[in-house]
Amino acid sequence: MKTPALASSNKGFALNLTVLLALLVLVFPSSMDIFRLNMMGKYLSYAFVAMGLVLCWGYGGILSLGQGIFFGLGGYCMAMFLKLEASTPEYTASQTTPGIPDFMDWNQLTELPWFWEAFKSFPLTLVLILLVPTVFAYFFGLCMFKRRVGGVYFSIITQAIACIMTILIVGQQGYTGGINGITDLKTCMGFDIRTNGAKLFLYYLCVFLLVLAVLLCTWVSRSKAGRLLVAIRDDEQRVRFSGYDVANYKIFVLCFSAFLSAVGGAMFTLQTGFMSPSFVGIVASIEMVVFCAVGGRMSIYGAIYGTLIVSVAKTAISENFPELWSLLIGAIFIGCVLVFPKGLAGLYADHVMPFLSGLDGRLKGAFRGAREDREAQIEALRDVPADKVLLGVPPQFLSGDGMDGIDDGRSLS
Amino acid sequence: MLSGYTASELLSIFAMQGFAGLSLFSVFLLMALGLAVIFGQMGVINMAHGEFMILGAYTTYVTSNLFQAYAPGLFPIYFFVAVAVSFIAAGALGALVEWAVIRHLYSRPLDTLLATWGLSLILQQVYRSIFGAKEVTVILPDWMMGALQVTDSIEIPINGLIVLVLTLIVTVFMWAVMFRSRLGVQLRAVVLNRPMAGAVGINTALVDRITFSFGCGIAGIAGCAFTMIGSTGPTAGQLYIVDTFLVVVFGGAGTLIGTICSAFGIAQAQSVMEFFMSGSMAKVITLLIVVGILMIRPQGLFSVKVRK
Repeated sequence: MKTPALASSNKGFALNLTVLLALLVLVFPSSMDIFRLNMMGKYLSYAFVAMGLVLCWGYGGILSLGQGIFFGLGGYCMAMFLKLEASTPEYTASQTTPGIPDFMDWNQLTELPWFWEAFKSFPLTLVLILLVPTVFAYFFGLCMFKRRVGGVYFSIITQAIACIMTILIVGQQGYTGGINGITDLKTCMGFDIRTNGAKLFLYYLCVFLLVLAVLLCTWVSRSKAGRLLVAIRDDEQRVRFSGYDVANYKIFVLCFSAFLSAVGGAMFTLQTGFMSPSFVGIVASIEMVVFCAVGGRMSIYGAIYGTLIVSVAKTAISENFPELWSLLIGAIFIGCVLVFPKGLAGLYADHVMPFLSGLDGRLKGAFRGAREDREAQIEALRDVPADKVLLGVPPQFLSGDGMDGIDDGRSLS
Repeated sequence: MLSGYTASELLSIFAMQGFAGLSLFSVFLLMALGLAVIFGQMGVINMAHGEFMILGAYTTYVTSNLFQAYAPGLFPIYFFVAVAVSFIAAGALGALVEWAVIRHLYSRPLDTLLATWGLSLILQQVYRSIFGAKEVTVILPDWMMGALQVTDSIEIPINGLIVLVLTLIVTVFMWAVMFRSRLGVQLRAVVLNRPMAGAVGINTALVDRITFSFGCGIAGIAGCAFTMIGSTGPTAGQLYIVDTFLVVVFGGAGTLIGTICSAFGIAQAQSVMEFFMSGSMAKVITLLIVVGILMIRPQGLFSVKVRK
């Protein structure tokens, strides 16, 4: 069933994607040197996490303060493979035990721990990057959501797990590289990842994966599961009474966001050449929530722009005025919540879009345009299937472009 | 693990570590008491609770310096003044924050989390700008230092004892406010049914503000106690915030006895294990056990039966 609303949202989708692609593929590479471009690539790897949070938090209402865990797991899996490749017997000949990573040698380890063995193979590493965080999220979600732990309690427990994870990585120096993380990564499958050419390639790879992720997120958000998630966020009991297993949908979205975060983590490691526990812990995890909140928690594109803007601002300001940045990011947190809970996407939808369509309408003849718009909206409402109305999904969600849809304060919690 | 020690040595170890655990228990409990009111009763996730505690600690530091400079004769008793001043300072900031931010967010608990996290970043930076990034240490009067020699191998530090007594007094005070005062009755009425409480003439907005500022004030006292055990830095509060939330959740939100028991259990487990393994592993195992139990029993150790 092709409703006018869906058709117009498809138009919006194509426009959004074109703008994003133009920015990432044309504007950035042509206006920046390779150092800046590499930095943009690094920020884009955070955007994977922010997009996962849009679905998990914006749509599902599950605020996970432990996305750093999944980002870190993905990143560490990649880093372990690269580290093993960098620790050839020739290169580590001066160590007591040649052939194992340098930090293990410093910590008096004489052989490779068993869980490092798997990372000798590249295909297996790729599988593990995607599998480890997702499986972890699955079991974690299973424990939490099947027992109906939700809301605030879920957030606090994810935070505790992020805390445990950091302490564990820092404490087990011989196995994980400790507080410094896994550094000094050189090649991936024989290709040197530190050259400018490799950095350019990795940037485009990151953009490519990001676009795939955008498509995947859009598909999920428009699917039945996406609509049910919004319904669960707004009234969990009602969805449960309608006969759906709420826990399964929540587990799904948590796993999905963990999957995306892991891809981001792996891309981060490849582009920066290191991974450290500071990207796993509480502070990093909450910062990722801010990316999402600034962009607009209901907008997939907003998450990307939010990530880029906050990260660029952070780098620019904290380089020059480190004190100012702490105050500013604190103010951003409060402002995002108090003044514009819909984020940049909300500002765009509320102020820029009406202005643009007003401009459009004036060109076409204001009266005719407005009347057609109204009629199109009525048509759209008429075509909403009855079961969606029963679930209490506001009709604007059926358009699925994610820019609108936050109606009142209650639905945000 | 235990084989290398004789029975009497083990007893002393457990006694000394147990007492060290009691100091940790005092800080946990004082912080958790404030949070139990703010989070357990009002449902506000105050991530800046640690910073309110640090405000109390810095207030104590300033008070002790002022006493040393202007009233050296009264220095031995400055601690009692510092407790009161910390309570008032943290409470006043709490009331301000409630008015400026929290009152707009009562219907969106997850958003209070983000807003108060932002607040905590701002406060940390303010502390850093005023007091410097280095940790400061409060000078204790003579009578608070030293240790009691219980047996040959067991020593109990006096400052730890004082903190413990302070914790007991605050806990009793808290219980009296919650269950024996007019404010407590009004607070519990508002928590149970806000519209009805308003309908019978309770000023719910005022009760919210007083409650929030009261919880923050208790955190200020926690900070005052904190200075007696360790030194204070701008980010010290953040180290405790996750533990404190776990204490409150583990005990079961809304029960005083649950909060006390869980603070005791977590502090003792961590402190005794610390002797046998590295501090970080002790913490990891403690947190894992708590999270594990919470997965089996999400409502916490003690739960209040409330009709939802």
